[in-house]
Amino acid sequence: MPETPPKASLRRPAGNLPPLSLHIPEPRYRPGDTPDFGDIEVPAVDATPRPGEATKPDAMRELCYGLVRVLDFDGVAKGPWNPKLSPERLRMMLRTMMLVRAFDDRMFRAQRQGKTSFYMKCTGEEATSVASTMAIDRSDMCFPSYRQQGILITRDYPLIQMMNQIYSNRGDHLMGRQLPIMYSAPEYGFFSVSGNLATQYPQAVGWAMASASKGDSRIATVWCGEGSSAEGDFHSALTFATVYNAPVIFNVVNNQWAISSFSGFAGSERTTFAARAVGYGIAGLRVDGNDPLAVYAATQWAADRARTNNGPTLIEHFTYRSEGHSTSDDPNAYRPADEATAWPFGDPIARLAQHLELLGEWDADRHQAQAKDLEGIVKTTQKQSEKLGILGHGMHQPFETMFQDVFEEMPWHLKEQCDQMLAEREAKFGPDWKPE
Amino acid sequence: MNMIEAINSAMDIMLERDPATVVMGEDVGYFGGVFRATAGLQKKHGKTRVFDTPINECGIIGVAVGMGAYGLRPVPEIQFADYIYPGLDQLVSEAARLRYRSANDFICPMTVRTPFGGGIFGGQTHSQSPESIMTHICGVKTVIPSNPYDAKGLLIAAIEDNDPVVFLEPKRIYNGPFSGYYDRPVEPWSKHDASAVPEGYYRIDLGKAATVRAGEAVTVLAYGTMVHVAKTIIDEIGIDAEILDLRTLLPLDIEAIETSVKKTGRCLIIHEATRTSGFGAELAALVQERCFYHLEAPVERVTGFDTPYPHSLEWAYFPGPVRIATALTKILKD
Ligand SMILES: Cc1ncc(C[n+]2csc(CCOP(=O)(O)OP(=O)(O)O)c2C)c(N)n1
Repeated sequence: MPETPPKASLRRPAGNLPPLSLHIPEPRYRPGDTPDFGDIEVPAVDATPRPGEATKPDAMRELCYGLVRVLDFDGVAKGPWNPKLSPERLRMMLRTMMLVRAFDDRMFRAQRQGKTSFYMKCTGEEATSVASTMAIDRSDMCFPSYRQQGILITRDYPLIQMMNQIYSNRGDHLMGRQLPIMYSAPEYGFFSVSGNLATQYPQAVGWAMASASKGDSRIATVWCGEGSSAEGDFHSALTFATVYNAPVIFNVVNNQWAISSFSGFAGSERTTFAARAVGYGIAGLRVDGNDPLAVYAATQWAADRARTNNGPTLIEHFTYRSEGHSTSDDPNAYRPADEATAWPFGDPIARLAQHLELLGEWDADRHQAQAKDLEGIVKTTQKQSEKLGILGHGMHQPFETMFQDVFEEMPWHLKEQCDQMLAEREAKFGPDWKPE
Repeated sequence: MNMIEAINSAMDIMLERDPATVVMGEDVGYFGGVFRATAGLQKKHGKTRVFDTPINECGIIGVAVGMGAYGLRPVPEIQFADYIYPGLDQLVSEAARLRYRSANDFICPMTVRTPFGGGIFGGQTHSQSPESIMTHICGVKTVIPSNPYDAKGLLIAAIEDNDPVVFLEPKRIYNGPFSGYYDRPVEPWSKHDASAVPEGYYRIDLGKAATVRAGEAVTVLAYGTMVHVAKTIIDEIGIDAEILDLRTLLPLDIEAIETSVKKTGRCLIIHEATRTSGFGAELAALVQERCFYHLEAPVERVTGFDTPYPHSLEWAYFPGPVRIATALTKILKD
């Protein structure tokens, strides 16, 4: 115990000033409550105007507080943001989102079966990466968080390579070094995923600044969760982006939850995440993240803006994390089990399928057949990947790869440590043991 | 009690005894922390004393400095030690120097709790051991418990301390001591003496090492998870080693180290952190400076390798039984 209170602790002034009180945010519903989101404001589909891509940020502030929508809840596309995609493009979008979901389900199960250490799904949020990646050019650079597997799948990255990474097996191009899902795929415009939140934000700005300084035509896009938008890196990124008018798209995936903390702990009780743009003089859009067409349209708008030297855009994707944070948590410990079903914006896959059906371009049978087909593709690929090993079953990368790539050239101390490690393996596994 | 329960109990008692104590961090409130260390505390002590924070480690530590300036006694949690880096400026340049630069006008009685270390397939950003970075800051105390009894007593002493303390919790042994053999079943804490933790208040003064095993042949300096790994190997190969669990790295119990090394004439240092500029380098220098004329063999270090913690090859990285046994054989050779 301190013997004397710190000097700085001044005595309260005398008098009758009212006592202050500390506000601690609290989500509306906890386990056991019946969630009801009936009072969430849902502006009409055509209520949000679409300004020109060169509009000054301060002339479009209300978009930070509105909601860009295209699909109404009956599946009809309308309003100024309707991107009017062809049925083929729409079916491609649907298929990609369904593939992401099939992949997630399968790999989540693989983790539960002990085949790897960790997995993270993006269920319910597929549109925020798939539709958004479809709206930019393949050559544009993506700086993802850990929940944007949809980017890779949209860009046709081989599923087996994703699985090899998840299993840390012999085929893993990251040599088993990274936690599952922390992919890296430069040929697909996909930056290496970090475990430290929001670090990719300023990096995306740097890439965009470099592209601009070289007179390139490529832009950068970056994603983080609403929880991570509290990190300093997020704000550093916005500052640099506005100062240099960088050609970058900032995506904040507001899925309402950051592990057990609701969005109020990142500031959502006072304002929107899109409105973070206002103070920086950046264009901001708030989008129904469960409406793939709205996500597509907003991203296309931001991409055109960036590509014509009109600067950065911050897009808040208003969505919901339907499942747990990762394989390591049980969401029923901090929120009602049926909150996801009570969420008023529905499911992005169901909504796009409904839209296509209305257009006469899709039906329940085709949907079912496609789901089965994709499940089959994922299953077959999984079998192939597992032939190259699963975590902890010996079929990993050669041991000495552990010491490679710390530096371009291996310094003496790592060479010594590598020899030591190999001798230890031999001591443990016996003289017949051979390094692979 | 297991280690989590002991840590929880320490905070519970301090929240009860001292109205200045506040506990905060990412997911620590309603949910009770991703490792459950703060489970039930918000319900019991109220939302303004145990609460969630934004995901911003710089903010968490900076806010704790300000709370301390007011007269509170903040106990912030950083979810993984790997995520202390975004808050490092507030820790290094502010918390650690406040007393010195203001000549005691302001102090910083904060205890930053954070799980560290590997052995849980956490990959490179859920496995690091940053203790030598902490001991390199002038003005921060660094504490690492190795069992439930110590964890509780040391955490209470850390919270009561009027200087900033970084309290590193070896997450691999939260639920049971670790033998170093990843391929053997884990033993629960209930089978270990140190799981007998009193319900009430007690403290273990910072700066005191513990003798885990008395011996004459060699002094083994370890802390956290590695205390248990070292003990398993030493018992297995039957060496009369003296194992010191340092418990506090800074301020260090130099007396205990000196006494033991002068007695045995040999010293092995074990830590899981990377080797270069690790805390072992500091220990080796101290032993050499103070015990040189008593040494019968060069001081040896057993450490993690100088690479990021690899995901799939984590057991080839970990300073396990073979590495320790090899070093012991070498140090006892002549
Ligand atoms: C710097 C840092 N601090 C803390 C963590 C631990 N952590 C991992 S994910 C997470 C929650 C992130 O939530 P959000 O940004 O909303 O993204 P979501 O998971 O909802 O997609 C936390 C706290 C981390 N990985 N990095």
